[in-house]
Amino acid sequence: MSAVREPKGRVDVWTEQRRRSDEGRQRLRRGLGRCASYLREVRRQAGQTLHAEWTKLRTVSEPAWLLLGVVALTIAVSTAAVGATHCPQDLTCSVDTTKLSLTGIQFGQAVVAILAVLTIGNEYSSGMIRTTLAAVPNRPAVLTAKAILLAALVLAAGAVAVFGSVLAGHLILPSHGFTAARGFHPVWLSYGPTLRAACGSVLYLGLIALMSLGIAVIVRDSAVSMGVVLALLYVFPIVLAFVGNAHWQHRLERWTPTTAGLTIQATTGLRSLAISPWCGLGVLGIWAGAALVLGALALRLRDA
Amino acid sequence: MTRQAISVPQPDTGLGDGPRGGGFGGVLRAEWTKFRSVRGWVIGMILAALLTISLGVFAASNLNVGCGINGMQETGKACLPYVPHGPGGEVVTDSFSFVRQPLTGNGSITARVTALTGEHANLSAGPAQAGNNNMVPGLAAWAKAGIIIKQSTHQGSAYTAMMVTGSNGVRMQYNYTGDIAGMPGSVSAAHPRWLRLTRSGDTITGYDSADGVHWIQVGTVQLTGLPSTVQVGMFATSPNYTVSQNSFGGSSTNSGPAQATGVFDHVGLTGSSPGTWTGTTVGGEGPAGLNPGGRPGPAPYTRTGSTFTVTGSGDIAPVTPGPGNGLPTVTIGQSLVGAFLGLIAIVAVAAMFFSTEYRRGLIRTTLTATPRRGAVLAAKAVVIGAVAFVTGLAAVAVSIALGIPKEESQGQVLLTAPVLTEVRVIVGTAAMLALAAVFAVALGAILRRGAAAITIAVLIVVMPFLLSALNIVPAGVGDWLLRLTPAAGLAIEQSIPRYSQVTTVISPVQGSYPLSPYAGFAVLCLWTAAALALALVMLRRRDA
Repeated sequence: MSAVREPKGRVDVWTEQRRRSDEGRQRLRRGLGRCASYLREVRRQAGQTLHAEWTKLRTVSEPAWLLLGVVALTIAVSTAAVGATHCPQDLTCSVDTTKLSLTGIQFGQAVVAILAVLTIGNEYSSGMIRTTLAAVPNRPAVLTAKAILLAALVLAAGAVAVFGSVLAGHLILPSHGFTAARGFHPVWLSYGPTLRAACGSVLYLGLIALMSLGIAVIVRDSAVSMGVVLALLYVFPIVLAFVGNAHWQHRLERWTPTTAGLTIQATTGLRSLAISPWCGLGVLGIWAGAALVLGALALRLRDA
Repeated sequence: MTRQAISVPQPDTGLGDGPRGGGFGGVLRAEWTKFRSVRGWVIGMILAALLTISLGVFAASNLNVGCGINGMQETGKACLPYVPHGPGGEVVTDSFSFVRQPLTGNGSITARVTALTGEHANLSAGPAQAGNNNMVPGLAAWAKAGIIIKQSTHQGSAYTAMMVTGSNGVRMQYNYTGDIAGMPGSVSAAHPRWLRLTRSGDTITGYDSADGVHWIQVGTVQLTGLPSTVQVGMFATSPNYTVSQNSFGGSSTNSGPAQATGVFDHVGLTGSSPGTWTGTTVGGEGPAGLNPGGRPGPAPYTRTGSTFTVTGSGDIAPVTPGPGNGLPTVTIGQSLVGAFLGLIAIVAVAAMFFSTEYRRGLIRTTLTATPRRGAVLAAKAVVIGAVAFVTGLAAVAVSIALGIPKEESQGQVLLTAPVLTEVRVIVGTAAMLALAAVFAVALGAILRRGAAAITIAVLIVVMPFLLSALNIVPAGVGDWLLRLTPAAGLAIEQSIPRYSQVTTVISPVQGSYPLSPYAGFAVLCLWTAAALALALVMLRRRDA
C-alpha cells in the first residue's frame, strides 16, 4: 500500500476561490484538508483492516465454537450454583444473590481468554502473521482491528451469557428461599445494583479479552500466553486465601485483575469492599490497557 | 498415512539420538533429547520451581493473624499459650475439669452418669464470653463427661477414658487420637450410663452398662510406660460449639465457647488410693474453649452426698486444622500455595511437549521413526512426568524448609506431623505435579492444541479448589468437587488426619480435605489414566 494520496484537484479549486484572503488561513485550510484526506485514507485502511480481520475470524469455526462455549459454560455454571443454593427457613443467609447468579463468569472468562489468545496466537503458530503484516504494514492498526472485533464479539456473547445467568437466578432463587419477604432483592435488571453488576460483568469479560490479547501479542506463543493469563486470572485469588496479612490482603484485593474486577458483581456489603465496584473494574481496565499498549509496542519494535 | 505405509525399513529420522536400536529405551531417549534441547521448556521448568518457592515463602511470611484471635494484640511466638503435644507427638488440646485421686498399682473406677447438660455461646448474638448472658443451653456434639485414668495432670500426658458425649453415645477414648464407640444414645436420668475402667499393668479395659449389672467390654488399650501411680477420677469438658452454614463470600463457620456439666453417682474405686477427691482444672491456661482457670469462678466440681457435678470446658483431643479449633493453626502445607503457580508453568510445558509436534509436523517424523504410537505417548509421559517430579520435589522441599520457620515466627501454632507424613506431603505434592503434567501431555495428544490443553488441565485442577476454598459454591458442593475432580489429588498435602471425634470444618486452605490423602491421590491417578487411555485411542485412530 503506497503513501497517502493527496487529492490535489479539490484542494486547488477550493484555494482558488480564497486566493485573495488571508495567506495564513489558506495554509491552515490546506493543512486541514490534507489532514482530512489523511483521516479518510486511514478510515478506509482501517475499514479494510477490520474487514480482513473479520474475514479471518468468520471463516474458521473455532471462534464461533469458543463464543458458544462462553455462553454455554457461563450459563451452565451459574445455573448450577444457583440451583445448589438454598436458604433454609430458620437461618439468616448472607448471600449476595446477584453475585451468586453470575458465578459462571469465573469459568466463562477462561474461554474468553482462549479466544483472545488464539486470535493472535494462531497467526504466530501458522506464520500467517507475516502475511498479515505484509498486507497491512501499520502494525498498531492490525492490533487495534483485532481488539475492536474481539471486544465486540466478546461483549455480544457476554451479554447473552450474563442475561442467561441473571434469568436463571431470577427464576430459581425465589423458590430456594431467597424471597423478597426475607429481604432479598429479586435478581433482575430493574434493580439498580443488579443492572450495574450485569452490565459490569459483560464489560469485565470484554476487558479480560483485551488483557489476554495484549499478553498473547507480547508472548507470541498460545500455550505460554494461556499459562500467563490463567496465572493472572486464578492464582491471585488463591494467594489471597492463603495470605492472612491484612495489608497484603488489602493490596491484593485492590490491585489484582480478577479480584478487583469482580467487585463489579457485588451488590451487598459494598462498604466492606476493598475497592468500589467501578474502580475495581477500572483496575482491570488498567491491566488490559497496559497489556495492549505493551503488546502494540512489542509488535512494532520486534521482527514478526 | 496408514500404518502399513510407514512400516518401511527405518529411514534416517534426523533425530540424532533417535530410536535406532529400537525398544522403549530408544524412544525414551529420543523424547528426552527433544525435551532438553528446547531451551524454553527447560527455562519453563526452572521458572516453575522458582515461582513455587517464592510464592510459597511469600504466603508463609505474611500470615500475621496469629494472636489476634483471642483478642491479643501482640504478634510473634511469645503471645501463644502453652501448646501441649500428645504421646504421639501431635498437637493436642488437653483442658478439662478433673475430680481425681491417685491410684497406685492395679485397680478400677466405676461411675454412673445420670445427666450431661451444657451451655454454649449464642452464635446469632455476637461474641460471647464465659459466664455472661450470651450463653444459651445446648451441647456441642463432642461435649464429654466420664471417667478417666491419666498418667498425670500434665497436659498432653497419656490417658484412657470412658465417657458419654453430646450426640455420639458412649465412647472409649485414649491418647487423644484413639476412639472406640460404645453404647449409642444420649444419657438422662431415665437412661443413665454406667462406665468402668480397670487397670492391669499397662492394659486398660473399658466397659459400659445400662444398669450396672450387665457389663459390656468396649475396648482394651495398652498405655506403654504408664507409671505405677496414676490419676483416676471423673471429668467434664466441651469443645467449641460449631455451626457450619452454607454462606458465601464470608466465613461459613461459626464457632463459640461451650461448657459441659456431667452428674455422677455410684462412684466406686478399687485398688490402693487415699480416698479423698481433689478438684483440678487441667490446662487452666489452655487455649481452647472457655479457659476455665482464667476466671476466678466456681470450683470444677460440687459434691452433694455421693453425687458429683463436674463442669468443664476445653477438650481432650488432637487439634485439627480449620476454623473450628479456636487456635491460629497452620500446617506445613501453608507454604505449598506456590505449587499452584508451579503447576501452571509445568502444565504449560507439558501441554506443549505434545502439541508442538503437530504445529511443525514433527509428529510425522516421530511416528515414522517409531510406528508404535503407544510407545511415543508412553515415552513422552515418562519424560515429562519424571522432569516434573524432580522439579516439583526440589521446589516443594525448599518451600517447606523455608516456610516452616516463617510460619512459626508469626504467632501461629504449627500442627506438627511425623517425619514420614512430611515426606509423604513433599513427595506426594511432587507426584501430584508429575501426574498433572502427564494429564496435560495426554490432553495435548487428544486436542493437538497447546492453548486448549493447558487451559483444561489447569482449570480442572485449580478451579475446584478455588470454588471450594473461597466459598464461591456452597460447602456441600465444594466438598464434592474436591472428591470427584482431579483437584482431589491436592489432598496429598493434608498433613493432619481427620478424626471422627473432632468436629472439623473442611477448609482446604487450612489443610483439611474431604478425602484422605491417598484416596484423593487415587482419584487424580484415575483421571490421568483415563486421559492417557483416551489419548492412546485417539492417537491410534486418527491420522497424524
